Amino acid sequence: MNRFYRALLRLYPAWFRGEYGDEMAAAFAERQAEGRGTGPIAIQAVADVVPNALAVHWSVLRQDLRYTVRSLLKSRGFALAAVLVIALGIGANTAAFSVANFVLLKPLPFPEPDRLVRLCEGPGGWGCNNQMTGLNYREFVGRSVSFQSMGAYRSWPVNLVGAGDPVRLTAAALTPSVLPILGVAPYLGRVFDSAQGGEADRRTAVLSYPLWQIQFGSDPGILGRTIQLDGSPYEVIGVMPPGFEYPRDHRIWTSLVLRDDGECCLEGIGRLREGVSIGQAKSDMTRVTEQLNSERPVEQETGHSTFLLRDEFAPRYRHLLLALCGAGLCILLLSCANLANLLLSRAVAREREFALRTALGAGRERLVRQMLTESVVLALAGGAAGFLLASIALPLLSLLVPTTLAVTGGPGLDFRVLGLATLLIGVTGLGFGLFPSIRSAGTAWSGALREGARTGGGGKRRLRNVLVTVQIALSVVLLISSGLLIRAVGRVQSIEPGFAADSVMTFRTALPRPKYDSTHVRGEFYRRVLSQVRALPGVKSAAYTSGLPMVMIGGLGSITVPGLDLGPRPPTASFRYVSPQYFETMGIPFKMGRDVEDADLPARPWVAVVSESFVKRYWPGENPLGRQFRLRQDLRTVVGVVGDVMFRGLERSSEPQVYLPAVQGPEVILGAYDPKDLVIRHSGSSAGLYAEVRRIVRAADPEQPISNVRPMTEVLETQTATRVAQVRVLAALAAVALLLAGVGIHGLLAYTVAQRSQEIAIRLALGGAPRRIAGMVLSQGFRLALFGIVPGVLGAYAMARAMRALLFGLDPADAATIGTAVGLVLLIAVAGSVVSARRATRVSPMAAMRSE
Amino acid sequence: MPIDPAALEALLPLHPQTFHILLSLARGDQHGYGILRAVEERTGGTVQLSAGALYRTIHRLLEQGLITEPRHPSGPTDDPRRRYYRLTAFGRAVALAETQRLGKLVKLAKHSGLVPGTA
Repeated sequence: MNRFYRALLRLYPAWFRGEYGDEMAAAFAERQAEGRGTGPIAIQAVADVVPNALAVHWSVLRQDLRYTVRSLLKSRGFALAAVLVIALGIGANTAAFSVANFVLLKPLPFPEPDRLVRLCEGPGGWGCNNQMTGLNYREFVGRSVSFQSMGAYRSWPVNLVGAGDPVRLTAAALTPSVLPILGVAPYLGRVFDSAQGGEADRRTAVLSYPLWQIQFGSDPGILGRTIQLDGSPYEVIGVMPPGFEYPRDHRIWTSLVLRDDGECCLEGIGRLREGVSIGQAKSDMTRVTEQLNSERPVEQETGHSTFLLRDEFAPRYRHLLLALCGAGLCILLLSCANLANLLLSRAVAREREFALRTALGAGRERLVRQMLTESVVLALAGGAAGFLLASIALPLLSLLVPTTLAVTGGPGLDFRVLGLATLLIGVTGLGFGLFPSIRSAGTAWSGALREGARTGGGGKRRLRNVLVTVQIALSVVLLISSGLLIRAVGRVQSIEPGFAADSVMTFRTALPRPKYDSTHVRGEFYRRVLSQVRALPGVKSAAYTSGLPMVMIGGLGSITVPGLDLGPRPPTASFRYVSPQYFETMGIPFKMGRDVEDADLPARPWVAVVSESFVKRYWPGENPLGRQFRLRQDLRTVVGVVGDVMFRGLERSSEPQVYLPAVQGPEVILGAYDPKDLVIRHSGSSAGLYAEVRRIVRAADPEQPISNVRPMTEVLETQTATRVAQVRVLAALAAVALLLAGVGIHGLLAYTVAQRSQEIAIRLALGGAPRRIAGMVLSQGFRLALFGIVPGVLGAYAMARAMRALLFGLDPADAATIGTAVGLVLLIAVAGSVVSARRATRVSPMAAMRSE
Repeated sequence: MPIDPAALEALLPLHPQTFHILLSLARGDQHGYGILRAVEERTGGTVQLSAGALYRTIHRLLEQGLITEPRHPSGPTDDPRRRYYRLTAFGRAVALAETQRLGKLVKLAKHSGLVPGTA
């Protein structure tokens, strides 16, 4: 029994056991011998030892904590620096990885998401540049073998009337197979029935949970209720569960019945058969399209783009996020190196303290515990501060989430990353805080006392040199990378969009069908709204367009020119239906000819205003006015020429542009492209404009909602928002890195000067010139910087090549950027060294000798 | 060594176990198991100290300077190999202060009509 009790005693700290263990065991044995104990002996032993051992540990911990707080308060600079360094490392890393994890790794909120695939026509690649025609969709369904099921859908912006204020929503018309493919059951009611290809459900709608909650007050009797979408009645048959949102930001779903004619503009989705890989599905689809092409004339050839639903975002997001993660990791490593350096110099500074305490009888265990407590306290404090930093940084980083991502919501802080980063920091803290002190406590203590403060052998100094070099290299990598990205943003921002966004407000009034089926009724609405808006004080001009540049990037039509052979695949141009004054309002420069006019009615000859690149493409060096071309099938006469607009966005090339009078077009095309965006150029402030426009629109049609109210400058800014956000993040990280590297150099040199103060003192006493001594310290700092810069530049070049896609044509070895970055690092190195160099020249020989 | 009244005051009130241990040492040096037995006998077994609780308290009392470990214990030593503990002047003052505190409490209770046997 006694042996069991002694084994239990191991729960106590070793020093306590050593002090009292024998006595306790003896007392326990005597009590048993005298038969004083009650109950089974084993239980008595456990009840005796366990709570008391815990209490002893707790009291030691409290002591250690008190001591830690005292000693950290005494060296406040160290504590602050350490917490800051840890916080920056953990914060930056956690925020970066949380966002990346959300975009790149978070599973889609559907069952077996790895089997969900997006399908489109057109050349293979990441995204759907071309949408599917109904014809091809049917062929894909009929001929492919890899899919358990395939579906098609189309986005459909609608006005919802009949539930509070009229609202503008994005609906999706789905073939009945889409919701079963996603595999999410409705929350209420049912989804579309596949009987007769959805025909049975032609006038039904399924609501999203938030729409049901907000617009219909969670009405439990919603099923069977009739709502108005764009003026047509739809019966609600179901409500989807909370969190379901596909496509992203769609709030209501209707049944899509495929027409037999050449229907265009479908998006495809499919679920792979069990065991079929995405690679197999791709080759299957390639086989299908090749088969189709062999049966068709060349102008009807098609292609496919098949990729996992998970990957529906541009590859540059992946690059960007990987760059961000790289930067986060760099900062974490920098923090570790910096912390290691801080701890090493602290350990050296405390060698005497520990040696003294050991000599006074403190066991090694107590000292190790003490250091452990300090490391944990620092790591926890830094972790908490890092958590705060990450939560501040996350909203900024969320701007980097691509809008096409099929995952709903935004990124939250990833606690696994936070934990891992804290762990890495903790291990660093232990490694560099604990082991030197164990060594000094165990073996070197007598030496430490004998030698005075000049301990810290060559090995430790080399390690510190390496750590500082690593920090410099990492900060060079970050500086160059962010420098390149800053230059890239500058390049993008300096691109002329082709229009003047200042003082232009935009409003959307999308006219619903079938209420506005008639071109004449629509024309009346435009004329009435425009004439009243133009009469408002402060309004210089106003116009309607079927799509704002950079907002609507589709709207392409094939061009043929009578008498010109343009090959079997006709080139395309973007076309927009506009009202008069559009160019004036948008600040698109007029080159020749006239604007579209109110007199360009459907019955009059169909005209067009074209862009300069259009003229260059078809009639180079000739007068284009009066020339004719066909857009799709309709013959148009050129009446005016305007400047080009980057309608696809600043970073993409745009097709030539054609502008058509708002009412001159075939019904079928005007249905999808009738003007809906009202643009107003105003003088002075835009405040109050919305209220006036709302009054005017209400008067024209009380059921007509207004949406997408924003200045044109905002549209332009969103073009560079991701880049600007990314640059801000990387620049902040680079600044942090630079600061850390500077602190590292300074710390190392300050320490070296302190270490060598005796040697310096002797040199000074023997007549050494202070200038030479300062030079010695400076050159040491300089050498360290150079050792770090060379691998840093090489690393940065490798990184820049990897993220070439983000550089907008900038050379990864851009000399100006590399030069600036290297210069900055050298500057910081010198700044970090100067303080120490000055201190070295002021070492007083007498003081240095006396300190021994 | 003069006794710091503030340090003394900070230790009051004493935990009953602590008070019992100090009482056991009031009449002379004692080893750990002796304290255990003395406490049990004095209280008729109502206060039972485990070995773990005893030595944890002893360690604290040593640190606080209420007791000390004499090299040559005085009085009857039944086993010279054991470790003996002795009340310090400070420990005696603390025990005394606790006794006075308890006495005042008892007096107060009596004044309030709480006399044993009358309830």
